[in-house]
Amino acid sequence: MTYDILITGLIIIAQILAVVVPVLISVAFLVYAERKVLALIQLRRGPNIVGPFGILQSFADALKLITKENIIPTGSNKIVFILAPIITMVLSLAGWAVIPFAPGWVVSDINVGIMYLFAVSSLGVYGIIMAGWASNSQYPFLGALRSAAQMVSYEVSIGFVIITVLLCVGSLNLSKIVLAQQTVWFAIPLLPMFIIFFISALAETNRLPFDLPEDESTLVAGFFTEYSSASFVLFFLGEYASMILMSSMTVILFLGGWLPPFDVYPLNVVPGVIWFTVKVIFILFLFIWVRGTFPRYRYDQLMRLGWKVFLPFSLFWVVATSGFLVYFDMLPN
Amino acid sequence: MILYSLTFYLFSSVAVLSALMVISAKNPVHSVLFLILSFVNASGLFVLLGAEFLAMILVVVYVGAVAVLFLFVVMMLDINFVKLREGFLQYLPFGALLGIVLVIELGILFLTDRSSNIYNNQTPLQPIVSEVENTKMIGQILYTEYFYLFQICGIILLVAMIGSITLTLRDKGGVKRQNIDSQNTVDASTAIEKKKVKIGEGI
Repeated sequence: MTYDILITGLIIIAQILAVVVPVLISVAFLVYAERKVLALIQLRRGPNIVGPFGILQSFADALKLITKENIIPTGSNKIVFILAPIITMVLSLAGWAVIPFAPGWVVSDINVGIMYLFAVSSLGVYGIIMAGWASNSQYPFLGALRSAAQMVSYEVSIGFVIITVLLCVGSLNLSKIVLAQQTVWFAIPLLPMFIIFFISALAETNRLPFDLPEDESTLVAGFFTEYSSASFVLFFLGEYASMILMSSMTVILFLGGWLPPFDVYPLNVVPGVIWFTVKVIFILFLFIWVRGTFPRYRYDQLMRLGWKVFLPFSLFWVVATSGFLVYFDMLPN
Repeated sequence: MILYSLTFYLFSSVAVLSALMVISAKNPVHSVLFLILSFVNASGLFVLLGAEFLAMILVVVYVGAVAVLFLFVVMMLDINFVKLREGFLQYLPFGALLGIVLVIELGILFLTDRSSNIYNNQTPLQPIVSEVENTKMIGQILYTEYFYLFQICGIILLVAMIGSITLTLRDKGGVKRQNIDSQNTVDASTAIEKKKVKIGEGI
């Protein structure tokens, strides 16, 4: 009886590690890839000293940052100040529990998988607000206020995009969402929603051109101005981990998850996890490409885009999609 | 089953303790953070009851949206903590009354004969396992049996929304707004205006 519990516990922990460790390693390589791609866009070389082609650069950076002194400002609210980066990091890893990498390759295949992902990504704002408030300093506080308004605004349109996809699937389970795309990936019939989701994902993860919470030209470093060493590393890792999480969410909702593009011989022999990884890398490349190409939005433009363009359009598309499905009697049972 | 009860006691004790901290914490921001912790634990209890859809809705709506704005307001307001404490004894009898009423109601609920009610001898504190997902079940009940109540809820929310917009909307003069269309239609002939300014005078 007790052994059973012990063994189940050990299996669960092993499953969690099997997901979290690859995620953290891919975060390290994502940072390297971002620097390298940006360097190519800007006709530079990028990191090329540590290891072959500079491939170990991020590990060297992490080691350097962790061994530095962790400074906690005197006027700060210490408990909340330390809690904020931990919450950011934990939340960006918690979402991975429901991501299906291949058929059956999922830690927890729950019925409300997409709702869980949406809930976890909407909690991400707390790390930033808490950091901004606990720092007891102007720039972090301004960054936190911007981030709170920004993330709440873009969540609304993300919610409508998810509803549109769910209308076509008839289930909230992520594996079923992927399997519903066997005939055609949702990126094709729902192309405008795919674009809106991608842009909202940029805003939700505070990436350029929507990185106003950490806008270095006006707010020093935004909400993590006062953070140093290990707590800074946690914010940094959290941002990139949630970037990969949002990319996986995009892949599952619109690009058919682990499914090959066509169900024909040479393509369907390739394991699902490889298709999934390739698609996630493609979306991540888009994230970096956007960063290297577009200037930062002004704050009122950001709010206008969220509330006056995306919200009405996605609302219209929800109505249009459901109308189409009802009229042609294509609603999933 | 041991794991189930362990997690139940973990979630419920943290929920109760954080609810206590909400009213006893000195800093209002800490109060809100404890409120959020309490919400999250309540959603954990919903998951244990097998109501996973309600659990996620609780997190998305209350924690993800309502509490963020709440935290926003509490952080922005400069509240005098000492003054807030002053009314504590004054409101104590009223609060105690509410608490006693709630305890009596819960007691009546526990003491009544449970076999006569709609649960039909089912112990309420156990997940009801069925083939249909509870998201679907909620939808089937909400959009058929309670359809009019659901519509009324929507209208109430709409009224509240319009009310809050009219309260905050002020058409102040002299605010410069960006008009993208007019900016885009500017060309060389309209961008610059030539004026002859006489010496000693202005425009």
